[in-house]
Amino acid sequence: MSQGLLSDAFLISLIAGAVAAGIPLLLAGLGEQVSEKAGVLNIGIEGMMLFGAYAGFATAFGTGSLWLGFLAGAAGGLVLALLMALFCVRLGLNQIVIGIALTLGADGITALLHHVQFSRTYPRLPRVETLDIPGLSEIPILGPSLFARHPMVYVALFSVLVLTWLFRKTHVGLNLQAAGDKPDALDAAGISVVSTRTWSVLFTGVMAGLGGAYMAMIGAGIFVPFMTGGAGFIAIVLAMLARGRPLWVLIGAFLFGASLSLTTALQVGGVNVPTDVVQMLPFLMVMIVLVLFARRASLPAALGLPYVRGQR
Amino acid sequence: MTMASRPPEHATGAAEPIVVLRDITKRFPGVVANDRVSLDIHPAEVHALLGENGAGKSTLISILSGMQRPDAGTVEIRGRTMRIASPRTALDLGIGTVYQHPTLVPTLSVLENLMLGASWRAPMNRAATRARLDEIAALLGIALPEDAPLGSLSLGQQQLVEIVKALWRGEKVLILDEATSMLTPQGVEDLGRVIERLRDAGIAVLFITHKLHEAVRFGDRVSVLRQGRKVGSLSPEALGRLAPQEAIDHIVDLMFGGTADRTGAERSRAHRARAPGERMVIEVDGLRPAGDPDAAGEAGVSFAVHEGEIFGIAGVDGNGQKQLAEALAGQRGTEAGRIVLDGAAIEGLSVRQRQHAGLRYVTDDRLGEGTVSAFPVGLNLLLKRIGDAPFWRHGIIRNAEVERHARALIAEHDVRVPGPGTPLGHLSGGNVQKALLARELDDQPMAVIYNKPTYGLDLNNIHRARRAICERADEGVATILISTDLDEILELADRIGVMLDGRMVGIVANDGDAARRVGELMIGVGARA
Repeated sequence: MSQGLLSDAFLISLIAGAVAAGIPLLLAGLGEQVSEKAGVLNIGIEGMMLFGAYAGFATAFGTGSLWLGFLAGAAGGLVLALLMALFCVRLGLNQIVIGIALTLGADGITALLHHVQFSRTYPRLPRVETLDIPGLSEIPILGPSLFARHPMVYVALFSVLVLTWLFRKTHVGLNLQAAGDKPDALDAAGISVVSTRTWSVLFTGVMAGLGGAYMAMIGAGIFVPFMTGGAGFIAIVLAMLARGRPLWVLIGAFLFGASLSLTTALQVGGVNVPTDVVQMLPFLMVMIVLVLFARRASLPAALGLPYVRGQR
Repeated sequence: MTMASRPPEHATGAAEPIVVLRDITKRFPGVVANDRVSLDIHPAEVHALLGENGAGKSTLISILSGMQRPDAGTVEIRGRTMRIASPRTALDLGIGTVYQHPTLVPTLSVLENLMLGASWRAPMNRAATRARLDEIAALLGIALPEDAPLGSLSLGQQQLVEIVKALWRGEKVLILDEATSMLTPQGVEDLGRVIERLRDAGIAVLFITHKLHEAVRFGDRVSVLRQGRKVGSLSPEALGRLAPQEAIDHIVDLMFGGTADRTGAERSRAHRARAPGERMVIEVDGLRPAGDPDAAGEAGVSFAVHEGEIFGIAGVDGNGQKQLAEALAGQRGTEAGRIVLDGAAIEGLSVRQRQHAGLRYVTDDRLGEGTVSAFPVGLNLLLKRIGDAPFWRHGIIRNAEVERHARALIAEHDVRVPGPGTPLGHLSGGNVQKALLARELDDQPMAVIYNKPTYGLDLNNIHRARRAICERADEGVATILISTDLDEILELADRIGVMLDGRMVGIVANDGDAARRVGELMIGVGARA
């Protein structure tokens, strides 16, 4: 079976592609989940990813270090998140309007910066060195596609566990949930709703920034303006459908990742499907998932509502 | 952390008070919410604080629980004058409060709700929380599903969680604000047992209610607030001496006594130009508004209003008055019953058709369903006639007609407004109500339902609105006046129906003794007597 749909090459390419495309969605989705839990619908996440992608790529290109790139990516996401927290949490402005504004702003600014810096060229980063996990990376098919990746992949997977623990076993989890479901109860219990929400938005910014940086530096190896192409919005959908459970974000992210990577995998597998059709898949997927599961999405009661003390 | 101290040897009431309020005064713009109120709260005693809506109960609680500070007067706790600056201070002083509105997170479990509020760095100690919960549950004699989401519990159980929370740090004073308002009769029974156990454990309970029978049933000591003043109280000794019916009579006197002297029927008739006619304009028979399963009972609401008569509907707020009004106006469906307007059944008609038939509804939700704030006054005055000639022709608005109409009504009703084009949202509350009255009373009404027509207005506008109601009635309009202000009903109405739990529990003529009888019906005494 060297050719055909279920060849080794096809499967390796599909799984590897699912990881490459899924990790940004996973990171951003986990971040969005935290802020949604706390009651902030962060539509600016698309912009935060793009900021992270540009900052990460430019830094890695300049310094040659992916780790500095990730740091810069996180900082890029954080900058937009600071604005989001200021306008939506502190000042109580409309989260949707500000979110859209931040995304559109990030679109324009990153495209402009890229143009200034690289004009019309799209330089590539050198090939990424991987961290092969001894033993596991030898497994046929799964080994090379799952266990010989950049360490950031493992960080993202590990953060699923960390968040699950945080939500279930700590006061942070309780505070987040109370901030999203009944902020006045949290306030009455003596915890500041505003600072709980502020931290959650900043966390989202960092995660989205890391996701964007991964997308540019490792997933693609180049930066192209508007390259996130709706990944942030898919992350929002994932967070909404996951009903507060990080594991579901993981499953969703790889499902969408797989459909995104199907084009390449099919070509590697020697099956020719028009790329236009295949590139439609993730969005078709979003629609199908929404039709099937949207009814089951349970959102925090105070999601999207600014909190003003004493107002009910 | 224990709740340790058993009740002192002496019976309830003999101990030194744990909290003493002395001459507490609190003013808000235009109202004195508390006027030199003094109150003693003793350990191992249930102190029932009784009063109508707006009597100043909530203000007094918010002062005790640290939400507000008094303008004058002192709070002494264990003999020392204290300043309760914040809710936290109140808790530190051992005063726990169970508020009327829930303060728990429905999606968290019972246990998690009780853990809420610790620093985020603190480790989550489920075992200790569970132990403390069991300790308090044992004290209260209750069992709670500790790991179930709070939202899955009955309202009664949720309230028990609120009580547990209020006692969490070993508080010695517990304030229960209208604790029975959302409970089923069984829930009230259970709460009664919990309160008794708390008292036996030496805790001072302040039980706030507007229901007389609950005050007498749960309270060892009863104080009555009326219009911001404490008008009397019954000590445990006095309560012990009186038979239950005597106690109730005494308290009814405190709550409503004297009302009849101040606003007797004679005076209200004085400014009515003519007596009600004989012709029946509106007849309601067995009407059951849709929506509330318990409301209105099986029999439904029945009454009739004559030409030129003002039929007052009294009752504590939330006893089905709004549902009745909406069902009459056509904004709410009916499950059963007939509404006859001037001989023709109208229960099948739409809001608009009832409007055209001559039935008008002046809502209490003036800025919500009553008006559109962003629209100019002129358009608001025609809100219920949109599309009608001569103001619209072939769907096109005719601004000249609208403006002419608006100017006439503004002049007639003395609405203080720069012009018909001013957005209604710029008007004061009194002028919004004038505009609303102008709209509903325009164009030959036959019957008008007023829902709390003077609620929230200042004295001047109250008089104005009441005069407008009387004038229309004098012109022959059958009037249904829903109000929670008993004085208003006594001043204006010819006959008074009383609503309780969605039923019309009695209809009395507005004569010299009406205040007393209506008062009894309102709090559920008269119906049984």
